[in-house]
Amino acid sequence: MAVAGPLGWLTVLVLVVDSSTPAVTAALVEISADGVTSRAHRCTVDARAHGELLAPQVDAVLADAGARPRDLGAIVAGLGPGPFTGLRVGLVTAATMGQVLGVPTYGVCSLDGIGYPAAAGEPVLAASDARRKELYWAVYDGAGQRIVGPEVSTPAVAAARARELGATIAVGDGAHRYAEALDLPVRVEPRYPEATVLAQLAAERVRAGAPSERLTPLYLRRPDAVAATARKPVLP
Amino acid sequence: MADEPLILGIETSCDETGVGIVRGHTLLADALASSVEEHARFGGVVPEVASRAHLEAIVPTMQRALTEAGVTLADIDAIAVTSGPGLAGALLVGVAAAKGYALAAEKPVYGVNHLAAHVAVDTLEHGPLPEPAIALLVSGGHSSLLLVDDLARGVTPLGATIDDAAGEAFDKVARLLGLPFPGGPPIDREARAGDAASIAFPRGLTAAKDLAAHRYDFSFSGLKTAVARWVEARQRAGEPVPVADVAASFQEAVCDVLTSKALAACRAQGIETLVIGGGVAANSRLRALAEQRAEKYGIRVRVPRPKLCTDNGAMVAALGSHLVAAGVAPSRLDLPADSALPLTTVSV
Ligand SMILES: [Zn+2]
Repeated sequence: MAVAGPLGWLTVLVLVVDSSTPAVTAALVEISADGVTSRAHRCTVDARAHGELLAPQVDAVLADAGARPRDLGAIVAGLGPGPFTGLRVGLVTAATMGQVLGVPTYGVCSLDGIGYPAAAGEPVLAASDARRKELYWAVYDGAGQRIVGPEVSTPAVAAARARELGATIAVGDGAHRYAEALDLPVRVEPRYPEATVLAQLAAERVRAGAPSERLTPLYLRRPDAVAATARKPVLP
Repeated sequence: MADEPLILGIETSCDETGVGIVRGHTLLADALASSVEEHARFGGVVPEVASRAHLEAIVPTMQRALTEAGVTLADIDAIAVTSGPGLAGALLVGVAAAKGYALAAEKPVYGVNHLAAHVAVDTLEHGPLPEPAIALLVSGGHSSLLLVDDLARGVTPLGATIDDAAGEAFDKVARLLGLPFPGGPPIDREARAGDAASIAFPRGLTAAKDLAAHRYDFSFSGLKTAVARWVEARQRAGEPVPVADVAASFQEAVCDVLTSKALAACRAQGIETLVIGGGVAANSRLRALAEQRAEKYGIRVRVPRPKLCTDNGAMVAALGSHLVAAGVAPSRLDLPADSALPLTTVSV
């Protein structure tokens, strides 16, 4: 629902969800002509309980803000990359709520929620844990624009690419975890995608009432599956 | 009756994305999207492929179900979802979807047991289920014999497969015979032209010594190996494999064990109703043999039509409807997907 703000500008109440990292996040923000204001925020770090945590957190942020689902004007979701099972929880939550409420859904690369706010004049490598000793990563220029990625690779490959692009610092949970292998100074915050930043990066689309987007995960990896091979005989 | 609750059911425990809508015992919509073709070249369901397909299919499948039933989510009284057992990642998509729908539409959500839903779906076809009843649930993922004394609160497992599921045996034998995946329908088709008595394949866990410990359990691994040995021996001798006879004899062995154990359970407990569900319940020989044998003992066999036997959303809605009618409390929003949800838990 869009309501007129104090200056006559429209204000839109937006739900933001991200489940691409162990930080399961739900937030309510207000997007107006002037900017993005946080209304309520819940985040729990638990890599194994995305399915249990997210819906109660969405419920909680609505309650915290004294809002009802029907007051939402748009939903923004982090598209990953991230471990698939947890990532899908955020996207299916956003897509199904958007369907019921008839409001548009917008996707944002989750790494942008780490790399954009970390940028401070110099290129930066943003990384999250991709398990199997790999990272999901992207490189941002000094203004916070993503210039390469998202990609998935070993820390060594990510670090080499980041250096080529002039990155002098790394950020994100993946950077903490693989600080040694990356061999770049690690910026402490943000460690996980910031909900308010994801909202900022979708704010133009929200204000313009852009068409709803299909929330397709940034998987970056194919499913583990091997085609059936010839059957082994049972006779000796 | 218009005042009966309107219940929506979501099923994503394996490779079918199902959304069903029922009012009381009346089926209003049963929308399905299947990823079975994406799994065929792997010879079995690939969990990650199934999970990805569920995420893509859930919103459009929901839309089709609502359109088919001519209702909106605002009209729905409660949402039921399979919370287990099944493939963990696949279940999670359905559970998260159900919560998203429930949250946004401000409706209660019920996490329910997939196997109990296979029993409940029969009420859509044959009305309320007499309790107690015996249920035989056979599919690619499960083979169980249950005592259904109170479908709303708990069922008692009597037996289950100790190795392969019955449907899995059909898939493996089909592959051996060069028939497509999933193996149930092509074996059923081939078997019609074959002689079921031509090859004496073993009946697992039916010998006296096995019955002592496994009276109501099943085993299909030995049967599968016996079929493989028989076929390979033919091939090595350079003789043609009589596909129809092998299919018919194999199918007969499976159906013989399933129906004899299910009816033995009915007779031992003095129960007059046998419900059969799961994908293998679509097998024409299983249906015919169960009815033929049950008639002798005055036992009534209830098997829903094939489309309701395989995994679908209507079965979940049917169980949800039964739970709402019985006054069972809904689940909490932190409801987990549980790939190993025990049979004794009908709703979470
Ligand atoms: Zn099933």
